[in-house]
Amino acid sequence: MKIKRIKEKVVEGLFFLNGLIVIIILAGIFLLLLKNALPGLKEIGLMEFLATGYWNPDAYGKATYGALSMLVSTGMVTIGSLLIAVPLGIGTAAYLSDVASPRVREIAKPVVEILAGIPSVVLGFLGIVLVGPLLAKLTGTYNGLNAINGSILLAVMALPTIISLSEDALNSVPRSYAEASLALGANKWQTVTQVKVPAAASGIVAACMLGMGRAIGETMTVLMATGNAAQFPTGFLSSVKTMTSTIAIELGEVAYFTTHFYMLFSVGLVLFLITFVINLISDIVFNKHMKMLK
Amino acid sequence: MKTTLLFTMFLASFLIGVVPANAAMIQVKGSDTIINLVQKEAEVFMQADPSAKIAVTGGGSGTGIAALINGKCDIANSSRTINAKEIETALANNVSPVRIVIAIDGLSVVVHSTNSVSKLTMDQIGAIYRGEIKNWSEVGGANMPISLYGRQSNSGTYGFFREMVLKGEYAQSMKSMNGSSQIAEAVKSDPSGIGYVGVGYAKAAAGLTVVSVAANAGSAYESPLDETAVDNGKYPIARPLYQYVNGTPTGKVKDLIAFELSAQGQQIVAEEGFFVITSEYKAGNAKAGF
Repeated sequence: MKIKRIKEKVVEGLFFLNGLIVIIILAGIFLLLLKNALPGLKEIGLMEFLATGYWNPDAYGKATYGALSMLVSTGMVTIGSLLIAVPLGIGTAAYLSDVASPRVREIAKPVVEILAGIPSVVLGFLGIVLVGPLLAKLTGTYNGLNAINGSILLAVMALPTIISLSEDALNSVPRSYAEASLALGANKWQTVTQVKVPAAASGIVAACMLGMGRAIGETMTVLMATGNAAQFPTGFLSSVKTMTSTIAIELGEVAYFTTHFYMLFSVGLVLFLITFVINLISDIVFNKHMKMLK
Repeated sequence: MKTTLLFTMFLASFLIGVVPANAAMIQVKGSDTIINLVQKEAEVFMQADPSAKIAVTGGGSGTGIAALINGKCDIANSSRTINAKEIETALANNVSPVRIVIAIDGLSVVVHSTNSVSKLTMDQIGAIYRGEIKNWSEVGGANMPISLYGRQSNSGTYGFFREMVLKGEYAQSMKSMNGSSQIAEAVKSDPSGIGYVGVGYAKAAAGLTVVSVAANAGSAYESPLDETAVDNGKYPIARPLYQYVNGTPTGKVKDLIAFELSAQGQQIVAEEGFFVITSEYKAGNAKAGF
């Protein structure tokens, strides 16, 4: 009896330790980013960093460190991807959970999961050789390396997350809801759109937020497909340079412990804070959803 | 105790093994522009002569020249000439720098094959990339906006082109591509595009027009594909790439440089996207003993 209890305590302690390690790593990353970002932010000033648009650290004349244009670029590419992925994702999830026959579901679900496994560099490659030329033709412009290209590719990357989590949320709606709706004479379409989706809304929102978190942090795909022009974006057809691309391009060659180096960490810090807040919100919303259904 | 002994023996064997080899190793240091070229040259040279040991590292031209002055390397790679102050320090350290030209760094400006513009002056190219000329009609072409393709800021070519042609900031609308072949591919599919790539890429790519360049408004337009124009230094977007050694080289250092200047070595130069050395520089190399 005693041995069993000790064993239980040990296992409990082990799991506690595991949880603790994750928290320590997260705090460590945050502190490391903060430590390397602060000297640069002190020199440049938070206002110039966040409120001016021109990032040109390797300038011919005076170096400037304004991050606004890349903040806007990241925002545009991400929002664009959500505009594409959210309707598609929720539609697919509703289809899989309520309409599809078990056989179709058995095939479609693994396919969605395989979509998540496509390496981002492969998607970026498709962006250059397939989506780019196609966009150029469709929009009547001369090239397709722009924000929409990045949005389309990121939508493909965010879709699996949105579909699987939305489907889980729809499935967690108690059967009695749908049965009550059908008993009242509603048809299948009305039941799905007016009962199940609203009941699962918070779960679906959480799914979309997680998909957004994935899109914001993605690097290789946007690096390859958006053209990386430093300009302030003037529309979805302009070539943009996101925060992740800037870090990926410049960190490899920057001299350590210089203003440029510190400022790249500042960009990383901002990116970290954005994804952290998004994930936190989606977590809170998801928990609320689970509680509500109980 | 036993482990300590083993460990000491291991360390000792390591030292014995490494020190003599290190002493015979040729250290090449400097310019990041030519590090890949010299590494390739060294690899082929070492295959032919397995007794030669060569280490090629980067760090920039200044680093290489400083290392040569301090006796830390045998050959300094440099994409610029040594300056007066460096010569002074070198002489004070009993180092007499000797210059050899191993290749010529040049860039071709390319446009889409349907573009009617095939001739530009250096000033026009500079203004296009600075964002002052925004439409092809301003340089005698069709009425369409110019889309700029360049390299990312971590590229040496990015810096070279800016120093040599722009003498100012790149336009913010320039798309930064990941390498020369990406620029070539992008311009190939963009009728309004302009890009700069190594001459090797321009030669290989169909669907591109290589622009002829004039040094200024009055002078003749020269194409980088015309070998004599490059050979007599008339093509304007080019610069020699150097190796500096201490005094007249001997032994394996001499063999390595001789190999780089040989027909086989110069073929590697062309394969790596640089221009082969011209007769003008061959004469200079002859004075250094090659």
